[in-house]
Amino acid sequence: MTYLTLIVLLGTTLLGATAGVLGSFAVLRRRALMGDLLSHAALPGLCLAFLVMGGRHFLGMLLGALATGLAGVGLIILVCRWTRTKEDAALGIVLSTFFGAGIVLSSIIQNQPDGGSKAGLESYIFGQAAGMIQRDVWLIGIVAAAALLLVALLYKEFKLFSFDPGFAEVQGWPTLLLDIVMMGSLAVVTVIGLPAVGVVLMAAMFIIPGASARFWTNRLGLMLVLSGVFGALTGILGTLLSAGALQQWTGIDPLAFGQTDKNLPAGPLIVLSGTAIFLVSMFFAPSRGILARLIGDLRFRLATAGENLLRTIYELNESKLPRSEAVALDDVLLRRAWSRRWARLLVAWAARKGFLSSEPQGPRLTEAGITRAAQLVRAHRLWEMFLIRGIHVAPDHVDRDADSIEHRLTPELLEHLEADLTSPAGEIPRSPHAEPEEEPRV
Amino acid sequence: MSTTTAAVPVEVHDVTVAYHRKPVLWDVDLTVPEGKLVGIVGPNGAGKSTLIKAMLGLVPLASGKVEFYGKPYAQQRHLVGYVPQRESVDWDFPVTALDVVMMGTYGRLGWFRRPGAAERLVAEQCLEKVGMSEFATRQIRQLSGGQQQRVFLARALAQDAKIYFMDEPFAGVDATTEKAIVELLQALREDGKTVLVVHHDLQTVSNYFDHVILLNMRLVAAGPTETTFTPENLNKTFGGRLTILDEAAEAVRLGDRR
Repeated sequence: MTYLTLIVLLGTTLLGATAGVLGSFAVLRRRALMGDLLSHAALPGLCLAFLVMGGRHFLGMLLGALATGLAGVGLIILVCRWTRTKEDAALGIVLSTFFGAGIVLSSIIQNQPDGGSKAGLESYIFGQAAGMIQRDVWLIGIVAAAALLLVALLYKEFKLFSFDPGFAEVQGWPTLLLDIVMMGSLAVVTVIGLPAVGVVLMAAMFIIPGASARFWTNRLGLMLVLSGVFGALTGILGTLLSAGALQQWTGIDPLAFGQTDKNLPAGPLIVLSGTAIFLVSMFFAPSRGILARLIGDLRFRLATAGENLLRTIYELNESKLPRSEAVALDDVLLRRAWSRRWARLLVAWAARKGFLSSEPQGPRLTEAGITRAAQLVRAHRLWEMFLIRGIHVAPDHVDRDADSIEHRLTPELLEHLEADLTSPAGEIPRSPHAEPEEEPRV
Repeated sequence: MSTTTAAVPVEVHDVTVAYHRKPVLWDVDLTVPEGKLVGIVGPNGAGKSTLIKAMLGLVPLASGKVEFYGKPYAQQRHLVGYVPQRESVDWDFPVTALDVVMMGTYGRLGWFRRPGAAERLVAEQCLEKVGMSEFATRQIRQLSGGQQQRVFLARALAQDAKIYFMDEPFAGVDATTEKAIVELLQALREDGKTVLVVHHDLQTVSNYFDHVILLNMRLVAAGPTETTFTPENLNKTFGGRLTILDEAAEAVRLGDRR
């Protein structure tokens, strides 16, 4: 790895970490697109500074970008306050207007007799991480340290303000100032990130790490740390991919690093690395990830249906109690809208739990199975009786409702139901469907 | 009515509030007595929430002023506890119930200082008072609506205030929570606190509150519940939705629309 690569790597890592941490707050406040606005609105500022200074003046261009970026934010606030335009529309209008103006200005600069090639303004649109020099990394380092220090100092204030700005206001916190500090630091990081990542993709640096981190934790502090780590990781991955790892597949000479036209651009690769982290988080994060939720849903469905199976077998065997006889699976299927395969799966589930034993004629309830099934039947029938007598639901409508609720009724609630319905405590009531002529009178 | 004494928790002088120049509250004059449970009652859109937001400086006053024990709110924030409407925040926010309750202590902490063991203890005690101790470490999304409401109440308790403002705390809560809120209100009264509650269930007004403020874009009546919560006053508050004020406000809004 060359010294140049190391410089770029350090720069993108720090940039990614800082953008990740600050971006988390923007994501939580549903202000994710503000980063997009800031970066697009910065372009005309860069160009204006170039024109005014008569050349590529580093500090001037940073200040110019910051000025027009914040002007864009201010304009949105004004448009929303004074007209009936909604915030998303205002954002779209202001963003594209500023970006359009930036493109026009940069064309004017390109067409100047001496300005064109020197300006290199087009690199700001898509970014050119490989162009980073030591001075840029120093600046990024200083901004990163300042931003992280700010978040550390104002962690409590940012947390409160992001969660409940109204309450923060009542407690006397200057919410407008907090908002300005948050947006302002986002703007500063945007502007120093532009040369590396570019106007178009800068917003992703803010949004993706925070959105990914949210999948892994329910704690704000941990989310900020994870988001910073993810941001740094995207910077590292994107830069390495750009600097050489891809040359084996693409045949580009890694020693040509710095001659950027021969390298793959780092900005887009950083963003794509972020996407990879986001996808992994989305699918595989515990409890909030898609896979974990699918497994949870499936477990719940299986347990619910399995318990319904126990109850069905119990009712088929009810007249023979306390003897427990095997029940034909066909008889079960007559009472349940289940496929044979699903029913077999449920039998296997219940057998593994020790509730059923498999006999040649079909499944038979074990001792434990009878106990569990009796609890379920009691809950089911009490709930049915409550629906019929308590809230006057038609008897032929209650079965399905009870089916889904019986698995969640707590012991206290069941006792409460028994008392309400003057049903003997702990006993299993008759089924309201059993003999129509003995249906309980309302 | 110019009895600006130090013993009056909240005094509202001739307050008018407007949204987008449409007046929603007209010329409200009000004195809230100390140590009472005060219900703010009126139909939808009567400006009940707006009134307490105006008192707390959350919406700008078009005219008038509000005083807390004789001084403007900015000087008396430490005396006030606030329970906003439950829907006003994002419950998916990555914090626990205990985190939220601890936010009640932030006002005393001031800039930069982090909450420590003392604040944690306060928050735990407040959660206990609303019967939520066992849910302290739950992320707030994993709580039922009533439990979320109790977390908000605990946060207000952690503010350790003299005057409490509660915006619809009874809205959409379960029986357990309703009972917990009622017990809490009574405990606060026993401690000599003043509590203002935006309330919409007319059935329970007489049971819960000593004092009522009847509101419908203007102050209809305010006073002790026995003498003020009368059929006649209720009729004035709820009867005839489209009052002259309504029409006047609409005229102002239309005149403003270009």
